[in-house]
Amino acid sequence: MKTWIPWITVIALAGWLLGSLRQPPETGFQTRDFGKLPVLLNGRIQPFDSVARNSLLQIRTRQSIEDVTADQWLVELMMKPDAADKRLVFRIDNLELLNLLGLSDKQKYFSFNDLQPHYGDIDQQAQRIDKLDTSARSVFEQQLMKLFNATQLYQRLKLTLCPADSKDLGREVAAYQQLIPDGIAAVRAKEAGQKYDEKTLNIFLGFLAEFDDMAKYAYPLVVPPLQDAKSRDDWQNAGTSLMSLSKGADLNPAVKSYVAMVAAYQNDRPEEFNQALEGYRQWVGQWYPAETGKGIHEAFYNFFQAFYKAIILYILAFLLAVTALLTFAIAPKLSETLRRTAFYLVILTGLIHTFAIVFRMVLEGRPPVTNLYSSAIFIGWGCVVLGLMLERVFAVGLGCAVASFAGFVTLVIAQNLAIDGDTMEMMRAVLDTNFWLATHVVVVTLGYASTFMAGFLAITYILLGLCTPLLGQKVGQLELGKVLTKMVYAIVCFATLFSFTGTVLGGIWADQSWGRFWGWDPKENGALLIVIWNAIILHARWGGLVRDRGIMNLAVFGNIVTSFSWFGVNMLGIGLHSYGFMEAAFNWLMLFIATQLIIILLGLLPSRFWRSFQGRAPAPGAAKA
Amino acid sequence: MFLERLIKFFASLRLTVVCLALGMVLIFTGTLAQVPLGLYRAQNEFFRSFFVYWQPEHFAWKIPVLPGGYLLGGVLLINLVSAHWQRFSLTRNKAGIWMVHVGLILLLLGQLLTDMLAQESTLHLRVGDARNYSESERAYELAVSDVTDPASTQVVAIPEPLLLKQRAISNPELPFTVRVHDFYANSTLTNNAAAGYEPAPGNVGTNGLWFKSLPRETAMNLRDLPSGIVEIVTPQGTGGSWLVSAYLTQPQAFIWQKRKYELLLRPERFYRPYSLRLEQFKHDVYKGTDVPKNFSSRLILDRPDTGEHREVLIYMNNPLRYAGETFYQASFDEDDGGTILQVVHNPSWVTPYLACLLVGSGLVVEFLSHLVPFLKRRRAV
Repeated sequence: MKTWIPWITVIALAGWLLGSLRQPPETGFQTRDFGKLPVLLNGRIQPFDSVARNSLLQIRTRQSIEDVTADQWLVELMMKPDAADKRLVFRIDNLELLNLLGLSDKQKYFSFNDLQPHYGDIDQQAQRIDKLDTSARSVFEQQLMKLFNATQLYQRLKLTLCPADSKDLGREVAAYQQLIPDGIAAVRAKEAGQKYDEKTLNIFLGFLAEFDDMAKYAYPLVVPPLQDAKSRDDWQNAGTSLMSLSKGADLNPAVKSYVAMVAAYQNDRPEEFNQALEGYRQWVGQWYPAETGKGIHEAFYNFFQAFYKAIILYILAFLLAVTALLTFAIAPKLSETLRRTAFYLVILTGLIHTFAIVFRMVLEGRPPVTNLYSSAIFIGWGCVVLGLMLERVFAVGLGCAVASFAGFVTLVIAQNLAIDGDTMEMMRAVLDTNFWLATHVVVVTLGYASTFMAGFLAITYILLGLCTPLLGQKVGQLELGKVLTKMVYAIVCFATLFSFTGTVLGGIWADQSWGRFWGWDPKENGALLIVIWNAIILHARWGGLVRDRGIMNLAVFGNIVTSFSWFGVNMLGIGLHSYGFMEAAFNWLMLFIATQLIIILLGLLPSRFWRSFQGRAPAPGAAKA
Repeated sequence: MFLERLIKFFASLRLTVVCLALGMVLIFTGTLAQVPLGLYRAQNEFFRSFFVYWQPEHFAWKIPVLPGGYLLGGVLLINLVSAHWQRFSLTRNKAGIWMVHVGLILLLLGQLLTDMLAQESTLHLRVGDARNYSESERAYELAVSDVTDPASTQVVAIPEPLLLKQRAISNPELPFTVRVHDFYANSTLTNNAAAGYEPAPGNVGTNGLWFKSLPRETAMNLRDLPSGIVEIVTPQGTGGSWLVSAYLTQPQAFIWQKRKYELLLRPERFYRPYSLRLEQFKHDVYKGTDVPKNFSSRLILDRPDTGEHREVLIYMNNPLRYAGETFYQASFDEDDGGTILQVVHNPSWVTPYLACLLVGSGLVVEFLSHLVPFLKRRRAV
């Protein structure tokens, strides 16, 4: 086989990645550029694009709708809600809920117009359920609350830029501005018991009531503070800003631009929309360069979907590496070509993975792990790095196979954790410390990663040993089985170092922030379990209590221990109750633990059942116990 | 001979593995037990004990089912020390292992010391308040104060464990005996007669109140609120009975031999020779959300005996360490008008830091001493 095949394959895939970065120019309304505008939501600056995607994730569990992008949908919803109300954006899976609302169970997605006749029912149920403890809610009640929250979010988004029933915001705001002096005079006259023009007063109060609704319910804060404001964080929503006109304030340039954009969109005039958008982009870019830059960069990050692409590449690399492993005895040259391709591909994907993590860190101004979502991504990254290191030392394809498998699985878990919405939320006060996030959290997460890595390698050992003769085959000077044993031992050593140091650093953080080094809190106990488990593996080996196969079984059990500390402790006390997403996660966790137990049972089979050890007596890897 | 075998047993790796495995079972069950028992009780029953007991329903005695934290920690400690005594020589290539295990010994001993010596209490201050004492989070005491002279109050504080024994308590400072009748570690009060409630004795202040015993609280955020009946027994006979309760925050007064006394069941107090006054409490949130960004308390520290008088700022992850005690920002009043500081006195707080350093570097040394030669060998091949 030719040595250029791996290079060509990887370069072609890199080309595909770069090609996916090119976007065709947008015709008509420049919603993509609109999506880059900065707003303040969840306490942080983010682009409209993130608002759109995260809202769609919560409402529809997807980041887009079939024929429109998230940005296009958001623009329509905020500017021409009547049209948006026809789109199928609400996802309902629960049959009881569909029955309650009298909706067909043939479809999954419903429009706001579909739901509107039943809004009273939803609201009534939600009032009742809201009083229940979250852990005491049934699946139906959970799903109803989810739908209720989705409709709330949807309606708040609608009020971000214009009042309900607005037909031409430009004219409406102009009329309001003109009416202000007379309106105020009428209000004062009425208060003083003097004669006033009732019609003027009513129209004026009508405007104020509509803007007041916007001020109360609008979702993101879209109006940046003026230059003389006290704090750069002092963003407002459009409603508050419009209300302040009646107190003598000038029309904020941002509001002026947004009103122009809305009016152009309502009147279907793309050029005017794009012009107003461009004007605002220049203004905000001039006065708020950091915020504007953040918006542009985060929108790029959203668009790139690096983790999603990495999933695809990891699958590909995994298939290549497994094929390489299975063929290395039959067709060594083909196997080597496939292995090299897989190796380069994991490096390429690892680079994208790293790039996306670093990009996220810069966007957030935080160390890599800040929540469960980012811990999944980082565990995957740690496994990939460890796997590549193993592959570099033992060039047999095992490192690649396990690295790509771990990368793929953890990123899929991360994607599922992201449906709650914003994954870059601000850190609560006690967590607001980059020093401890960078030390304790990173180290302990690497401890998780390496324990998983050892477990996955052990699974490979058991499966290959049972089903193939490969463990007995020589790679270089060593048998594959021995290579795997060395790998698992080395990784368990790493895992001990990381999990111990990480756990104790956590204790020191706790001592720093509330004076208790150790409080037997579930999360602490989970981390301690991993440390002890790794210590058990090492001591059992040193004491000769277990040999190769025994160590492998112990390492697989390490997967159970780690998954319990990573996820299980978050579900304590709710295992028996239904808890929305966590209920699904709980089932997955149980399934994972069950598969690990089955693998351990397989690993306990006497060595005569192992294809790799057949025809050899006595089996070299047999456990003593 | 026997001694040799004993040492061998205690130094064996098998014992290490068995203890560690039991430790895992203990930690796992102790974690799950926090759901029904609450953190505090689970901690006491699983980790701060020699055995974990199981009491079958309608059964008088308890069966030990698992070794508790103290027992396992103790055996591991003996195991570690004797293994080093017996097997390891202090040579250069064992340096890593030595560092790891000395670090672990330090960690275990440090935690034992913390368990025995550490004292936690809280200091609740409203803006403008100054206090020279903190209060226990769980334990109560019955304060019997002689308030005849408002300038110098004499207080005799009877701690809760003594009250729970429901005996007569005398003290040389008191001219009478305090006899404790019913005393419940957790209780509730009501204004009306209801099933299961006992009436309070008819004295001033607590007239018409009814109280009953409640099971101990298990939830983290709830506290036991004790109540009980105390009788003042004088050489001339009874001086009256009172209902004392954590629910009653005002002292109840009585006169005996022309001296005025007050009774109050209050959280146990820890006095210190300096005071803290809360100048300002800040609760910052992220704009547009109610997610807390920071909590901080600006305080004046005042120490009359040394004349020390200065401002201190306590905020999240930045405690005040002073005179062997540490003050942490723990909580706050709902109206943001007051702060709650956690006060910890822990003489062995520094041991985990040292232990972590020792074990961490020990592990690095140990693994590098294996990894580097291994990689060199491979490169040579």
